[in-house]
Amino acid sequence: MSAVSLAASVRSGGRSARSIVEDHLAAIEAGEDEIHAFNLVMADSALERADRVDAVVAAGGDPGPLAGVPVVLKDNMCTRGVPTTCGSRILDGWRPPYDATVVQRLEVAGAVLVGKTNMDEFAMGSSTENSAFGPTHNPRDTSRVPGGSSGGSAAAVAAGFAPLALGSDTGGSIRQPAALCGVVGVKPTYGAVSRYGLVAFASSLDQIGPFANSVADAALLLEAVAGHDPMDSTSIPAVAPDLLGVLDRGVEGLRVGIIEEISGSGPTGLEGFSPDVQSRLAEAGEALAAAGAIVEKASVPSTVFGLSAYYVIAPAEASSNLARFDGVRFGLRVDAENTVDMNAATRTAGFGDEVKRRIMLGTYALSAGYYDAYYGKSQKVRTLIVEDFARAYESFDLLLSPTAPTTAFPIGEKVDDPMLMYLNDVCTIPSNLAGHPAMSVPFGVGDDGLPVGVQVLAPANGEPSMFRAAAVLEAAAGGAL
Amino acid sequence: MDGWEVVIGLEVHAELATATKLFSGARNEFGGEPNTHVDPVSLGLPGSLPVLNEKAVELAIRVGLALNCVVQASEFARKNYFYPDMPKDFQISQFDQPINGEGWLELPDGRSIGIERAHLEEDTGKSTHVGGGGRIHEAAYSLVDYNRAGVPLIEIVGKPDLRSAEDARAYVSELRAILVTIGASDGKMEEGSMRVDCNVSVRPVGDEELGTRCEVKNINSLRSLGRAIAYESRRQVDLITSGQKIDQQTRHWNEEDGRTHTLRSKEEAFDYRYFPEPDLVPVAPSAEWIDEIRAAMPLLPGERRRRLADESGIHPEAAALTVERGLDDLALAAMDLGAEPARVLVHVENNLADGQGGLTAEAFASLVVMETGGDLTATQAKTVLADLVDSGGDPVDVAAGHGFEAMESSELEGLVGGLITDHPEDWEAFVGGDEGERKKKSGFFVGQIMKATRGQADGRVVNEILERLADGT
Repeated sequence: MSAVSLAASVRSGGRSARSIVEDHLAAIEAGEDEIHAFNLVMADSALERADRVDAVVAAGGDPGPLAGVPVVLKDNMCTRGVPTTCGSRILDGWRPPYDATVVQRLEVAGAVLVGKTNMDEFAMGSSTENSAFGPTHNPRDTSRVPGGSSGGSAAAVAAGFAPLALGSDTGGSIRQPAALCGVVGVKPTYGAVSRYGLVAFASSLDQIGPFANSVADAALLLEAVAGHDPMDSTSIPAVAPDLLGVLDRGVEGLRVGIIEEISGSGPTGLEGFSPDVQSRLAEAGEALAAAGAIVEKASVPSTVFGLSAYYVIAPAEASSNLARFDGVRFGLRVDAENTVDMNAATRTAGFGDEVKRRIMLGTYALSAGYYDAYYGKSQKVRTLIVEDFARAYESFDLLLSPTAPTTAFPIGEKVDDPMLMYLNDVCTIPSNLAGHPAMSVPFGVGDDGLPVGVQVLAPANGEPSMFRAAAVLEAAAGGAL
Repeated sequence: MDGWEVVIGLEVHAELATATKLFSGARNEFGGEPNTHVDPVSLGLPGSLPVLNEKAVELAIRVGLALNCVVQASEFARKNYFYPDMPKDFQISQFDQPINGEGWLELPDGRSIGIERAHLEEDTGKSTHVGGGGRIHEAAYSLVDYNRAGVPLIEIVGKPDLRSAEDARAYVSELRAILVTIGASDGKMEEGSMRVDCNVSVRPVGDEELGTRCEVKNINSLRSLGRAIAYESRRQVDLITSGQKIDQQTRHWNEEDGRTHTLRSKEEAFDYRYFPEPDLVPVAPSAEWIDEIRAAMPLLPGERRRRLADESGIHPEAAALTVERGLDDLALAAMDLGAEPARVLVHVENNLADGQGGLTAEAFASLVVMETGGDLTATQAKTVLADLVDSGGDPVDVAAGHGFEAMESSELEGLVGGLITDHPEDWEAFVGGDEGERKKKSGFFVGQIMKATRGQADGRVVNEILERLADGT
């Protein structure tokens, strides 16, 4: 049952929030051992919350647009009094004294928080294998990864543990797992959703967004959490756009470009795209054309440099953002002779290999004498990408690409080869660098029977037309899964 | 140190007098139980984000305008280094785009001292290292109080235009007076709300090129500033004259032993890995806003000194104390009401050290008019003034209450005549002496008369009688 209809039934008194939450807790109970989507299931507080929602309805009130709908949160969003681990040992025992803005907004919208989901440590990874608490399994094939870093959220929605989830996307961490798990995943425009209370990985790239089983459900959740927040200086100072109201408007007359460089179809583009993924992308283009869009090839040349720039900028920001995990104020502390040694011992014990790798990369890139060659140059690439997109959007309303080069890969396959792992994000990274919205919509399956995602990209604040195209693709693919 | 010139540039950190911190709503207040003025942002908790305090920007712009700086579009940057009292293990500061660019400060003696920049940044918390001589590496344990973490600071970087410890003290005093006048800071060095780092180098007199400098930290008072500069410049000259080279270092002033000690050399300097702060947007104050702030600025100490000097005919430097005491408005008002400027300033400097209290400009003016008109002696005027400061009132009534009435000239003449008879040799000396001797003896006679009348006589009238009697012989 969709989140839209669950909320409607609770608001109308047709169904109790408690029964909805009980059903989902039962699904978690039955399937979680196999999937490991969660770092924490909040069964008791979820039931209490459901009762409160039901009480509002019983008193004749309206609990909000997400009334009684179970939602799960990636474990890097702060929840007051509830452990928030970021998939890391270093936050051992920490319970934030405050709620993230998205958590407050979910509360206001009547949603029921049922758990905190597993993730690559500090959102660094593309498979959720970098979690300190063990990998999450893809519900479509449990021998495979769910993608990452928001793999727990994607898997929870795909497994039916919750109809809605929030994730965070720094280089594709919502869209890529959405594609690999066969669900809808949205990275909104930078600044559309407040980052207050999201534990930062790379501040200029991070953005919270929804996972759902349908485009409409994703719109419902995004509308609930988006909008200006004075606690986040990079928050867009405007009212969030209406999405649910425009979903059925179709794509008649919209100009859609398929980005050659990141779909394996151009002469100068990147390689490594599997043919079945390329076929689904072509079919998606045809589906949009059949619905009245003008679909052509598009060129955004600098997107091929996105990965390189990203792996300088994101680690650089991360090296600074993660400095505060020093054992002084919260989380893990490994005692030592003095404070300085305690810092080092704590960080050595608390961080996993991938996090250490990126802290070292970023520290190096910002060092005196190397700054211009690495960080400075990467920022120039970032500017080039923004300019290239701007040029492309003179001719197109939307752009299209695969979300990931392949379908879900086996657990363990790429874990020892960081470069191969990083390549998973070639299609998604450019939108983060540009600050643009992009979303992944399930569009058929690959030769292996596993889901394929198509990515719809839009210019800043282009969510309404992006969602319209996504709705058309969803219908063409056979409706919501 | 003959033959050597000391070159000094100061970096002054001043806490801005905002109600809340630079990037959050936690209170900005000195003292308090440790870790009570904190919130997720000032503790650097994961997920917290900075939001710029607009009042801090306004105060920073006031500082820029007061220091004749170019107020410009600016950006925040992260200065990365690990220290337990810095919650995020980076400090949000400004790097290549400070809010205030170049400017200058005018010393009371009229010299201009260049300002390199004046930028915004957040303060750190306070560490206490227990055991091991109070140093982090050897301490048994360390305690941190984050009440101060995130308090807004303006860092004012001066150019190396100062040439002596006296210059440096004058600069800091003037800067403090400016900051207090414009309401940017309370300027209390003893509470750490104003802190001075001092760059010192020496060079042979006449050399154009700057010597290698050392930065001296931990200076907590104007007195320490002078002592530290004296010690450090001497140390550098001694090194050079004994054939050694100056190592560029950061040094720590020790108040107890009166010396500076090596903190770290240039090679050990931190690599702060500055980069633009991605959690904040650039600050671009509009021209209208800057104009608005400029229009609301009070008169600065230099302008007030000039104004007082113009009115009273004294040198601006001589007006310094009156302005420093904040009594220039009172003095000017009294002068406007007809009080003699020189007499007004004498009273302000000698008798109003603790402020004006209940004294109004009208009362002050009428007191001075009474005094210069001969109705009150200087001593009586001082007594009346003290009463006016304590409890206000009208000087005529206060003087009457004390029974003060200037003695009649004829009465005084009789007293002076008797005195001359009793002290013929002193009188001879007065009549026949040169100017110096005459002055000395007049002092003697006036003193004797004052003693005899218990201060009721007017010294100037006594002098007039002496002169007249001497001319008559």
